[in-house]
Amino acid sequence: MPVSHTDFGIYLHWPFCQSKCPYCDFNSHVADAVDQKKWASAFEQEISRLADEVGPRLVKSIYFGGGTPSLMHPDTVDRILLAIRRHFSLKNDVEITLEANPTSVEVGRFIGYRDAGVNRVSMGFQALNDVDLRALGRLHTVASALAALESARTVFDRISFDLIYARQHQSLKSWEDELRMALDLGPTHLSLYQLTIEDGTAFAQRFNAGALRGLPGEDLAVDLFNTTQELCDANGLPAYEVSNHARSGQESVHNQIYWRGGDYLGIGPGAHGRITMNGNRFATTSPKAPGAWLASVLGSGSGEEDRECLSAMEWAEEIVLMGLRTAEGIDLSHIQKLTGKKIDLRQLVGLKDLGLLHQEGDQIRTTLQGRLVLNGVIREVAGLLV
Amino acid sequence: MTQLDLIRNFSIVAHIDHGKSTLADRLIQMTGTVAARDMKAQMLDSMDIERERGITIKANTVRIEYPAKDGKTYILNLIDTPGHVDFAYEVSRSMRAVEGSLLVVDASQGVEAQTLANVYHALDAGHEIVPVLNKIDLPAAEPDRVKQQIEDVIGLDASNAIPISAKSGLGIPDVLEAIVTRLPAPKGDRDAPLKAMLVDSWYDAYLGVVVMVRIMDGVMRRSDRVKMMQTGAAYGIDKLAVLKPQMVDIDELGPGEIGVFTASIKQVRDTRVGDTITHERKPCAEALPGFKPAQPVVFCGLFPVDAADFEPLREAIEKLSLNDASFSTEMETSAALGFGFRCGFLGLLHLEVIRERLEREFDLDLITTAPSVVFKLYMKDGEVRDLHNPADMPDLTYVDHIEEPRIKATILVPDEYLGDILKLCQERRGIQLDLSYAGSRAMAVYDLPLAEVVFDFYDRLKSVTKGYASFDYVISEYREDFLVKMSILVNDEPVDALSMMVHRDRAEARGRSMVEKLKELIPRHMFKIPIQAAIGARVIARETLSAMRKDVTAKCYGGDATRKRKLLDKQKAGKKKMRQFGKVEIPQEAFISALKMDS
Ligand SMILES: Nc1nc2c(ncn2[C@@H]2O[C@H](COP(=O)(O)OP(=O)(O)OP(=O)(O)O)[C@@H](O)[C@H]2O)c(=O)[nH]1
Ligand SMILES: C[S@@+](CC[C@H](N)C(=O)[O-])C[C@H]1O[C@@H](n2cnc3c(N)ncnc32)[C@H](O)[C@@H]1O
Ligand code: SF4
Ligand SMILES: [Mg+2]
Repeated sequence: MPVSHTDFGIYLHWPFCQSKCPYCDFNSHVADAVDQKKWASAFEQEISRLADEVGPRLVKSIYFGGGTPSLMHPDTVDRILLAIRRHFSLKNDVEITLEANPTSVEVGRFIGYRDAGVNRVSMGFQALNDVDLRALGRLHTVASALAALESARTVFDRISFDLIYARQHQSLKSWEDELRMALDLGPTHLSLYQLTIEDGTAFAQRFNAGALRGLPGEDLAVDLFNTTQELCDANGLPAYEVSNHARSGQESVHNQIYWRGGDYLGIGPGAHGRITMNGNRFATTSPKAPGAWLASVLGSGSGEEDRECLSAMEWAEEIVLMGLRTAEGIDLSHIQKLTGKKIDLRQLVGLKDLGLLHQEGDQIRTTLQGRLVLNGVIREVAGLLV
Repeated sequence: MTQLDLIRNFSIVAHIDHGKSTLADRLIQMTGTVAARDMKAQMLDSMDIERERGITIKANTVRIEYPAKDGKTYILNLIDTPGHVDFAYEVSRSMRAVEGSLLVVDASQGVEAQTLANVYHALDAGHEIVPVLNKIDLPAAEPDRVKQQIEDVIGLDASNAIPISAKSGLGIPDVLEAIVTRLPAPKGDRDAPLKAMLVDSWYDAYLGVVVMVRIMDGVMRRSDRVKMMQTGAAYGIDKLAVLKPQMVDIDELGPGEIGVFTASIKQVRDTRVGDTITHERKPCAEALPGFKPAQPVVFCGLFPVDAADFEPLREAIEKLSLNDASFSTEMETSAALGFGFRCGFLGLLHLEVIRERLEREFDLDLITTAPSVVFKLYMKDGEVRDLHNPADMPDLTYVDHIEEPRIKATILVPDEYLGDILKLCQERRGIQLDLSYAGSRAMAVYDLPLAEVVFDFYDRLKSVTKGYASFDYVISEYREDFLVKMSILVNDEPVDALSMMVHRDRAEARGRSMVEKLKELIPRHMFKIPIQAAIGARVIARETLSAMRKDVTAKCYGGDATRKRKLLDKQKAGKKKMRQFGKVEIPQEAFISALKMDS
């Protein structure tokens, strides 16, 4: 079988955390004891099962996400990466990222991950202000985050960290100061997310009860976003996606597989995957509950739940809604090939006139202002597919 | 055949909810017309919507047999009537078929607007009236006070009003006795040519059109050939029956009797209520005076939410109008809403009932446009046009003047709310005609424009008086006033379905409230949207809906693609509930909500 040329990545979900943050709707759970050997075996099994199915692929990226993957024992990471190497070819410059929580790392661990093959860490700082860290329910302090960063730097070349802004009672000025402080740390990659009140979280409950005060209104949120772009641009970290900034060449390979419509295996509780086989694109899902997933893998030999074959239209829609998030945008000719329908470029005039969209030939991309109202832009562009 | 002096025909009339249908239940039950096990509450209210809302919409007739104290058995034909003002027509036409009325008054509520209106109808029909004080089981019942009120307000002798509880059955034997002793027997000549009054007709899925008749003279027999004098159509009678309340076949109906027949009549529209039915061969010399058909007074557009539902809507409307001649329909096209129907109704409750039946019985989603009355346009060339739809308003330069329907409204209300009522009537361009008191209740009679009443007058009346006011009206005349068409423009595009006729003096206020509401109802777009109310080219109110500034999901990973796609699908489905106007999408609720007034 020839190697498929679609970009290919592997996502592995570690669903455990030390405590549940009140804003977080990721599939994360607090568990007393985790039998990591058993989990490692389950991951190994899934890798082998999927490898048999998808055939030879050249792996561009591997991502340990969570939850808190830095709670994984380095041996667990090692076994998983070994299994991947056994079943797939890895690109020479393969990116292997692990999400690390400042509370659960020390140099020793970082070295263990590195020795297993990890070459990039993404650290969840969330705020550079102790009062706000507490309000976000985080267990670490600014000092411990900075210390974690220091030790990570002794081990890894590529480090990113996450901040959440548009927080309660956050003024434009205080965020500017905080962001400057973050930029002064000299990162090459930053994820800057505006706080979202996600359904089913503790924050949502408080919000619905009217008890989550001081969230920014729309105007302030827009100002916060614009200021973020300006400061990052000025520091050589332009946005390459709505919330992701990088020095040129330091963009996350893994996330770009998602946004560019590449293939990825989703392994672990609640993980989603996209696999293209024989011209069909499949969406895979797995049981969300850690116990259910583990039992399913070890019992029935598969951690997959439903598999859906996307219609051409659904496939095209995903390309639009993921691709318009990025600064590079999408190629309409690619979409037209998929759906077999010609898109009438004249219908984009409205979005262009409003300064929300840029078009050159078949290439379209959102402007910064367009990215601020991305949901609306996506709706309109997706409306042109039919 | 029944001897005339052993027949009593009567209607049961009252204000809404005073207990007409419950009294009918007791009369049916105590005379053993329906076996105990088959009884159910308000059993004559057979439509789903009647049962659910606990109201009577259509008059119903039952024939019962009553062995009286004098040892003779009488045939009683009772007609249970609706109380709501929209269906007043049902009451007055029912009264033409009978000789007397039981006037039910809720002893805990007293005389209300429809009590009064019904008395006038009954007197018009030359009826003997027996007042009945109902609900005396209630602790709040004050039969003596209410008796006094009947005498004071209505001027009716209430000394022998019968106190009853239709609920418990108390006093029902007295009612039955009063029916035979106090109401007159019908008159009529058995040997004269057949003369029967067409009282009602309806469509039955099994039998086709069923015609209800009251025989005045002569005898109607099964397989007779009869002729409708107004329409000229002749039919052979297939089935002749009386209602008990289900149909029981009978060989003949003589003078004074009420019954039904079927005769392969295709549509309810082929029958005219009030028409005279006679024998084809040996007709009667003179027709009965007949009565005016019910006129729809409130019009609105009904459009399918999903344009694909137009055909099902057409069929559904056709089916409903088979059975309801008072509901008129005509195709309508709206730039905003596509294909639909302009429908005429007897009033807002009637509108609501039809709309609900269309939605429920035919599983349709509908958009209803603003209810409007019929304006008369006097054109400069002398032509007079009926305007059913503000969207059809011609250019003003061709119009000499406009007239609108006025009503005479009677409102009964406890003293303490009178001020609020007067204010409300004032606001609605009312002219006070009379104001009188009976005990602690005031009766205000107003001349009002019907257009001001069809919006939400009744709701407002109820809310300002905590439900203690009652209201009745009759259309009085058409009168000229300074009326204009107000258009609504969204992003500079006129939205035809939102245009309305208003009085010039009220236009600014109405325009303002409309644009303010629309600003709330239309979701923000990616650009700003001016919303304007205008008379001709003159803008009289304006609001601007600001542009959406931020609408983006901060984080989106591999797992979110599915979620976001599902969201997109949902939005696509939601888009179906939107109407496109140029670049702007207006949700359907906006059409309904914008027109509810709250001032
Ligand atoms: N307590 C009490 N309630 C009664 C009595 N008679 C009727 N009701 C109640 O009053 C309500 C209205 O009764 P209906 O018989 O439906 O009144 P209606 O006059 O036919 O009403 P419409 O047809 O809508 O005008 C129902 O809830 C009855 O149960 C009574 O004698 N005592
Ligand atoms: C999988 S999560 C976090 C990884 C790691 N467990 C941690 O908390 O450090 C990835 C990132 O999403 C962001 N995030 C999570 N919930 C969010 C929310 N409700 N609003 C905005 N950003 C959020 C946080 O910045 C978080 O670091
Ligand atoms: S934010 Fe990170 S640490 Fe907090 S609950 Fe979510 S995944 Fe776990
Ligand atoms: Mg009733």
